[in-house]
Amino acid sequence: MKPAAKPAEFAPWLDPNETPLIRFDGVTKRFGDFTAIDNIDLKIYRKEFYALLGPSGCGKTTLMRMLAGFETPTEGTITIGGQDMKGIPPNRREVNMMFQSYALFPHLTVWDNIAFGLKRSKMAKEEIPERVKEMLRLTRLEKFAKRKPHQISGGQRQRVALARSLAKAPKLLLLDEPLGALDAKLRQQTQFELMDIQEKTGTTFVIVTHDQEEAMTVASRVAVMDNGKVIQVDTPARIYETPNSVYVADFIGDVNLITGNATLKDEGLAALSWAEGQTEIIGTAGEGLSAGNATFVIRPEKVAISAERPEGMNNVVQGRIHDIAYLGNISTYHVALPDGTMMKAQAANNRRLSRRSFTWEDEVWLSWTDTAGLVLAG
Amino acid sequence: MRRFSWFNATALTAGFAFLYIPMIILVIYSFNESRLVTVWAGFSTHWYGELFRDQAFLDAAWVTLRVAFVSSTIATILGTMAAYVLVRGGKFMGRTLFSGMIYAPLVMPEVITGLSLLLLFISIGLDRGIFTIILAHTTFSMCYVSVVVSSRLVSFDRSVEEAALDLGCTPFDAFKSVTLPLIAPAVIAGWLLAFTLSLDDLVIASFTAGPSATTLPIKIFSSVRLGVSPEINALSTILILIVTIGVISASLVSKRRIVQQQRDEQMAEQAQQ
Repeated sequence: MKPAAKPAEFAPWLDPNETPLIRFDGVTKRFGDFTAIDNIDLKIYRKEFYALLGPSGCGKTTLMRMLAGFETPTEGTITIGGQDMKGIPPNRREVNMMFQSYALFPHLTVWDNIAFGLKRSKMAKEEIPERVKEMLRLTRLEKFAKRKPHQISGGQRQRVALARSLAKAPKLLLLDEPLGALDAKLRQQTQFELMDIQEKTGTTFVIVTHDQEEAMTVASRVAVMDNGKVIQVDTPARIYETPNSVYVADFIGDVNLITGNATLKDEGLAALSWAEGQTEIIGTAGEGLSAGNATFVIRPEKVAISAERPEGMNNVVQGRIHDIAYLGNISTYHVALPDGTMMKAQAANNRRLSRRSFTWEDEVWLSWTDTAGLVLAG
Repeated sequence: MRRFSWFNATALTAGFAFLYIPMIILVIYSFNESRLVTVWAGFSTHWYGELFRDQAFLDAAWVTLRVAFVSSTIATILGTMAAYVLVRGGKFMGRTLFSGMIYAPLVMPEVITGLSLLLLFISIGLDRGIFTIILAHTTFSMCYVSVVVSSRLVSFDRSVEEAALDLGCTPFDAFKSVTLPLIAPAVIAGWLLAFTLSLDDLVIASFTAGPSATTLPIKIFSSVRLGVSPEINALSTILILIVTIGVISASLVSKRRIVQQQRDEQMAEQAQQ
């Protein structure tokens, strides 16, 4: 769990007086005919844990490599700490990167791997051993200082890579799919370790990942990318609750999508007529929604399922249970509506299996409040 | 375990006999007392003594070693540089052409390489001698080095070099402290290959050698044309001995490396908590 106080207090992006650490202004990157990054503007603030999330090939890695200095933008400027990064090679940037493959130096010991960057910095020679020790302590690797990278396990290698990239106390740490090579259990544990270390060192982290759960867990803000463009930048909760587009809603988590024709109503609501003979669906109007083609999006856990028709609700539909996915703590009911649309509803299993009330082919009622779903353009 | 079979035994014996009988005969006759190569007249190390008193042979051997050492060293430096640029240099105009041109001399008949070098040396008025042999050997062996080194460069993770740059290395520092140690086995293998090729070469050397410098293969070849002397047998036996020692020590080293690797893997497993 995230420390409860942090999200409430830490929101420099809402403070107009705060200057961002990193700025992308109209950055475009082309490789021949292929546009990897398409006119991106970004602001990343000090001490943020910023996640670049998107499917493979969306340009998130290119974005990160431009920050590290391995790629140069075709157009636009990148500034870090107020300094234009144009023409500054990787070795002269106060930015360090943790590579997806870890890229440890196989011919050097763990100790020498961590000291590698320090030996090439302005740090006095006598101070290096102390700093390396500190890094080994931070990543719990004291026992393995004298080992070579191939003499330790995958999880330990990952920690060496982290220690090495943090040793120089960079302004900005880039993490390229840092947990991709770890198994599920170790990955979860390491996510919390990463957050812990980020908080302890106060470094700005930018993480690239295609794993939405990982981005949601670790990040203060998430930038959802697609086809070289940033679609939405927001906190994990807002990305989940108020996606600005069908793409984001669909990419993050599980969602029901119903297409139809929208009309705007009072109090920020909108109505969607979606099938003949069915009452209109009421939902919160998405940003910039206008009357016309629209999609209603609602998370399955916000759809209630009941045997009797609920009273006093605007959004009520009847259907038949087509499938039940039992996940232990929750069950997802796939309900077929009269027009054939499939809708998912989630309910917590707080009763024992034998006492649950619904089974296959049951006629049930699905309902949700007026503000539970969003009506988005497109 | 496979059962013993007559077919296997025969095949094995015939195969090895085919490979080694000529050499065994050579070694045996190197200890022959008689001047006549084909008539056995008792055991003696007489011809070995004779060989070490023959100044012409010793000179040729010394020239060969110097040529091999210097040319393989230069070829290794040039070949490694060429491989690095071709593999890591990114896309530049004519890259495919250049990499093709690096490999072409591998399949070029030696006679043509030798002849063209000879013509070059004559046209620029370079006196033929040890220097021209070194140049010629560098030319043809650097291709081999470049092939060996570039295959190693292709196979290792590029991001290791990027990590070095990221941690504050200049490109040269990154090459020196990360790339070079990682490709060292290939560089050494390339050097050894160039060294052996140079020791072995007869054709190119005979085009480019002058009266002032003769390599061992040329010396052996020309003296055999006047009739095989037991001295040559003795010399060849010494060469066989050197090669055998080389092969055995190489296999011992690689065996030790495998054992070390297994130990490392065990260590990594134990490290997993």
